[in-house]
Amino acid sequence: MLETAFFYMFGGMSVLSGMGVVLARNTMHSVMFLIFCFFNASGLFFLLDAEFLGIILILIYVGAVMVLFMFVIMMLEVNAAKLREGFLQYLPLGGMIAVVLMIEFIAASSSGVFAESAMGAVTHMGQEVNNTKEIGQILYTRYLLGFEIAAIILLVALIGAVVLTIRERKDAKYQNMSAQVKVRREDRVRKVSM
Amino acid sequence: MIGLSDYLIVAAALFSLGVIGLFLNRKNVITILMCIELMLLAVNINFVAFSHYLNDLSGQIFVFFVLTVAACEVAVGLAILVSFYRLRRSIDIEDINTLQG
Repeated sequence: MLETAFFYMFGGMSVLSGMGVVLARNTMHSVMFLIFCFFNASGLFFLLDAEFLGIILILIYVGAVMVLFMFVIMMLEVNAAKLREGFLQYLPLGGMIAVVLMIEFIAASSSGVFAESAMGAVTHMGQEVNNTKEIGQILYTRYLLGFEIAAIILLVALIGAVVLTIRERKDAKYQNMSAQVKVRREDRVRKVSM
Repeated sequence: MIGLSDYLIVAAALFSLGVIGLFLNRKNVITILMCIELMLLAVNINFVAFSHYLNDLSGQIFVFFVLTVAACEVAVGLAILVSFYRLRRSIDIEDINTLQG
């Protein structure tokens, strides 16, 4: 009973704040709504016995990704009114696609294929079962290759973001490493006979 | 009792909101990135819900990977946005036509 109440609270709040993300006039308000949406989604994850992912969602998304969004919004001087021009121009097309998509999703999910009778009985994990431990056990054995690839993707994104945003100033002084390494003794030392 | 289909409906609503947001805010790159995040979140909710109701942890591992890729995508996307803003002093999609696509 309590679980049902929490589900409706988290689910309803996440959908409402999702609307806020789409409709907010100020981009900063959109970010705030998205943060709220992530909090509620992590609540849904907790209801589904995925504590580790719930915490990760808050840590990574709210703690890192949304802060990055905020940082960029504050850094760029953006004319919000100009970006809102033609806001409703594509509403009929977009609304039609979204409504059709939504009807399809809901028809599929309530068709009975995913009903409780078809999925088998589900019980919540006992208190002694540690979700983090279980994920660790499966992640470092069966999905080790994927884990390593994820690490490489993160590294590539890190280097890519730095390379994209680095700005070399013309007046700054840089070391030329290859020239320094290539230098010979003859280039620097000159023997003179006295 | 809350079943799998209820979670799927919430995820469907979030995904549709992301799609409609892509159409409505098609001038603002930052909002478009946020709508993509919303759609990925809906996918993650689906993954976790199926993982719970099928008693299979693999779904949660995939959420982990989706989170990783989404974080990378945001980092690189915002980096491109910042370097583009330095070039044109604008983040309007209609100004991003250097490649004449």
